[in-house]
Amino acid sequence: MTAITLIPQLLNGLQYGMLLFLLAAGLTLVLGIMSYVNLAHGSLYMVGAYCAAVVFDHTGSFLLAVAGAVAGAAMAGALIEQLIASRLYQRDHVEHVLASFGMVLLLNELARTVWGPQPLFLTVPKALGGTIDIFGIQYSAYRFAIVVLGLAVLVGSHYLIHGTRAGMLVRAGASNPRMVGALGINIKVLNGALFTFGAALAGLAGGIAAPIVSVQLGMGENILILTLVVIVVGGIGSIKGSFYGALIVGLIDTLGRSFLPLILRETMNRELANAAGPALASMLVYVVMAVILAFRPKGLFPARG
Amino acid sequence: MTSLSLKARAACLLGLVALLALPVLASLTGETFYISMASRILIFGIAASALNLVFGYGGLVSLGHALFLGIGAYSVAIPSFYGIGNGFVHLGICLVACAAVGAMTAAISLRTSGIGFIMITLAFAQMGYFAFMSLKQYGGDDGTPISATSRFGALDLGSSIHLYYAIVTVLLATIVGMYWLRRSSFGMVLRGARQNARRASALGFDVKRTQWLAYILSATTCGIAGMLFANLNAFASPSLMSWFISSELIVMVVLGGVGTVLGPVLGAIAFIGAEELAKAVTLHWAAYIGLAVIVVAVWARNGLVGSMASWASKPVKVQA
Amino acid sequence: MNHSPVLQTHAITKRYGGLLVTDGVSLDLRQDELHAIIGPNGAGKTTLINQLSGEAFPDSGQIHFGSADVSALPIHERSALGLVRSYQISSIFEELSVLENIALAALGASGRRLALFAPLLGDGSRVLAAHEAAGAVGLEHKLHVAAGDLAYGERRQLELGMAVAAKPKCLLLDEPMAGMSIQESEKVVDLLMRLKRSIPILLIEHDMHAVFRLADRISVLVYGKVIATGTPEEIKRNAEVRAVYLGQDS
Repeated sequence: MTAITLIPQLLNGLQYGMLLFLLAAGLTLVLGIMSYVNLAHGSLYMVGAYCAAVVFDHTGSFLLAVAGAVAGAAMAGALIEQLIASRLYQRDHVEHVLASFGMVLLLNELARTVWGPQPLFLTVPKALGGTIDIFGIQYSAYRFAIVVLGLAVLVGSHYLIHGTRAGMLVRAGASNPRMVGALGINIKVLNGALFTFGAALAGLAGGIAAPIVSVQLGMGENILILTLVVIVVGGIGSIKGSFYGALIVGLIDTLGRSFLPLILRETMNRELANAAGPALASMLVYVVMAVILAFRPKGLFPARG
Repeated sequence: MTSLSLKARAACLLGLVALLALPVLASLTGETFYISMASRILIFGIAASALNLVFGYGGLVSLGHALFLGIGAYSVAIPSFYGIGNGFVHLGICLVACAAVGAMTAAISLRTSGIGFIMITLAFAQMGYFAFMSLKQYGGDDGTPISATSRFGALDLGSSIHLYYAIVTVLLATIVGMYWLRRSSFGMVLRGARQNARRASALGFDVKRTQWLAYILSATTCGIAGMLFANLNAFASPSLMSWFISSELIVMVVLGGVGTVLGPVLGAIAFIGAEELAKAVTLHWAAYIGLAVIVVAVWARNGLVGSMASWASKPVKVQA
Repeated sequence: MNHSPVLQTHAITKRYGGLLVTDGVSLDLRQDELHAIIGPNGAGKTTLINQLSGEAFPDSGQIHFGSADVSALPIHERSALGLVRSYQISSIFEELSVLENIALAALGASGRRLALFAPLLGDGSRVLAAHEAAGAVGLEHKLHVAAGDLAYGERRQLELGMAVAAKPKCLLLDEPMAGMSIQESEKVVDLLMRLKRSIPILLIEHDMHAVFRLADRISVLVYGKVIATGTPEEIKRNAEVRAVYLGQDS
């Protein structure tokens, strides 16, 4: 393990973390404020990715593709919120789980019907197609741009939440949802806007991920589970928490997969390492989550303390 | 409190007769496919009932119960890989493994509550999924076929008829067990803790310990369902531990009626039945099932038993 | 009258952040008495009872139940020792019947291991005890009604019934008459008159009429501090208490 191998993986971990952050931010807000468990969030990511692929196919413009991703996911999110989610805010978490599960089934099948079962592909935009130099190492410019974008979203959302009136309402809603309604704010509109905003972020994540992953059915589910780990580790309702949680999960998962098998090979015989390595690497994130929850059941930076 | 009216009792008896007679009817008409389909449905009925113990009675939403289905299945697959077909060995491994894993995961999971509990149970199932996916010698994510199905003396679970009646027996035992648990001191404390954990503690009950024990019981029962499933398919694969299956189990319990005795079984029948029906009618069956699940979530929270109770007798509170 | 203390606190103090909620409270409950705690709203009465029952823990000081130091024991262990409380806001099992609620309380008190399959209501002596407790609080005709379907006053009665069924060695009652009508309160006063002959009771109440009828001793809690303890007569005459709480013309 040298700097040459470590730094790119570190950056990959950061980049993966940023992607997870985009997804987690929307999910944690909806969970923290409306207390709504949206397991269909991954499907919104998928919708975003598909929209990006389709728009790119028709226009050749990456920027338009991302815009399409955001718009598509936001519209889907608004529809879901209006028709289904808003009826369930007062209910048990189980009913959210149920409804979201149904939506995952429905959205996956709709995607299959509209776009077919084969994966779609998007190419990295030419402007970011090269590499940049980081500490003497050549790293993909596109992936680096994702890291920058993630930081921008963090700063932007921090400003939105702490520097604007709307943000203040959101924070108030996170600690006392009923009071916000009592203060005369149309809570339905606020909730709808929040849900749509979260969906837009998911769509953005989908659009950005599209060039580097394959756009296919069920792509939302795998990343959704890791996103859930992120918000549980970071603390529900907290954007700051999702950021740190996403970094932790992204880094551990990436570094773990790259280096754990190598480390194991140093300490035990080759056969055992080859068998145990990949298994432990995939499980590592969950082990870390379980350990964190064992000591901090509410996560590292819970919104409500 | 539920009470069974005459209509409901008659329906149960009819159901029991149908259950017992099914293989006979299927063999006579030559439609033996129904035996394996019924076997699959009833196995999920057992698994859903097991989940109902912690979820319906205990109020703990476990989104990771498929883990135990998988452990049960591999309790057959791994010994079989080494040529061991002794059912008692399979069962022994299943019970010990599920109890141990259940005890450990519950001990950690019960430190959280609400959404944290849902997530951590999901995470444990994912861990199991990845762990078994990486066991290349047992097939990895392709799964592993089972050549040595469970034999208990003359009883061979590799035979579809033997297996069917074994499943029915386990199912009936589970139903009777759940019926007694609902009224027992243990079960009452569990249900009370779901309704008012603070008061249950104040009355002198160790709520966490009660929930922990219930989880272990639930895990082992679910494991037995997994063992039966492995024998049914003569196959075991990590996909049995996926979050998808865990979610389906939750759907079955809610669909049938959370916290009722027969709900989970009815839910399993209804859900898989609807799935099979939809598959036969359209390629887009998943969309329709998804839609149906959404409808149930939004409009039919009391599930089938809730609706049926109104039909069968006076309006009755059917929650745990 | 038996003056040996059943329950004692030694200078317990509790802070929530910067707020001093319990300020060096030392009081005791004797074997044969009903000791009432009165005080203005915000005095910290519920926090005090939470520390006695084991749902909150003092920052300093000790609590003794009989000869045992229970300061660090959680609620279910204190309850198992016989230190039982009731709640100001009825805390019952909404979906279970009145009989099942009370039977659970009786089961909790018995300290027996939970039977996995033997029915809760299968134990004859427990069911009998539950019937008795239900009768004592006037719910004998509502045994099979789901607790969630009871009227408000009946819920308070159930609350009391559960406390009684636990065969407590000592009762902590948090405003049992809260929200009750005059007739309902009278019934509860009669019940407490009967109970206090066999069970020492620490009673938090606002209903002064009931307090002065029932109490052998009264302690007055103001801003977390006990400003006076004595017989009802002594408290009535206490100038400081009159100024703070009772008003000049009582």
